[in-house]
Amino acid sequence: MMEPGLYHILFISAALFFIGIYGFFTRRNLITMLMSTELILNSVNLNFIAFNKYLWPGKMDGLFFTVFVIAIAAAEAAVGIAIIINLYRSHQSIDVASAEDLKY
Amino acid sequence: MMSGSTILFYLLAALTLACGLLSVTTRHIFRAAIYVLFALIGIAGLYFWMEYEFIAAVQIVVYVGGIIVLIIFSIFLTQQAGEKLAKPALNRQLFSALAVFCGFALTLLQVFQHEFKAGAEPALAPTVANIGNSMLNISESGYALPFEVISLLLLAALVGCIVIALRSKPETK
Repeated sequence: MMEPGLYHILFISAALFFIGIYGFFTRRNLITMLMSTELILNSVNLNFIAFNKYLWPGKMDGLFFTVFVIAIAAAEAAVGIAIIINLYRSHQSIDVASAEDLKY
Repeated sequence: MMSGSTILFYLLAALTLACGLLSVTTRHIFRAAIYVLFALIGIAGLYFWMEYEFIAAVQIVVYVGGIIVLIIFSIFLTQQAGEKLAKPALNRQLFSALAVFCGFALTLLQVFQHEFKAGAEPALAPTVANIGNSMLNISESGYALPFEVISLLLLAALVGCIVIALRSKPETK
């Protein structure tokens, strides 16, 4: 156990990213897949902040990337959930297989 | 002997990773949402630990207060009470775990082999005043243009949600 630094945060972020990927691969329910996507986006944000803090403390680029990623994630979640609820209304199911005819 | 800051870091890391792992493996969808909530709170704690208080506050307000509440509402709207999620097929679980493990090992190998070099510039504290100054700055280091683009994107998402939600209305009249 040593003093936590950049590598520790990168480890947490990588682990969280692949946890999200695992959830995205194994789940077949659209809402849980959306939750896995949120975990993936959060791991990326953690990376941006860690690089900003430890490697480029004189700039704020990582911080702004994080702010914009959070804003885009909010928009994505809102549109995604609107689509999911609309799908549930027409198919009575939010399984990913019922989204097959979404394109028609 | 570990300092309090180190102990706090490991506690937050354990909270984040444990809740993340539980959220992708539990078979109760509502519990999955609550575990994601605690994983996001753990990440906000890590932002506090790194002294990025503004980002931590944004994380709590937008993710915990906004997105998770939205997800919980959509679970209430689409899920029957007490219904468990279907168990994923064993070979899908196996191959996902294998792919994830290989990707994780590869990433860690790359990360720990790489020597990161820190920039030499004087530190700029991430205070709200500094963030506001560069967010609305139109000079080279400013972020006024992405800020406006994001506001357009949010407007588009707002209109898109209304359009999606209204689509089935005219047929019922």
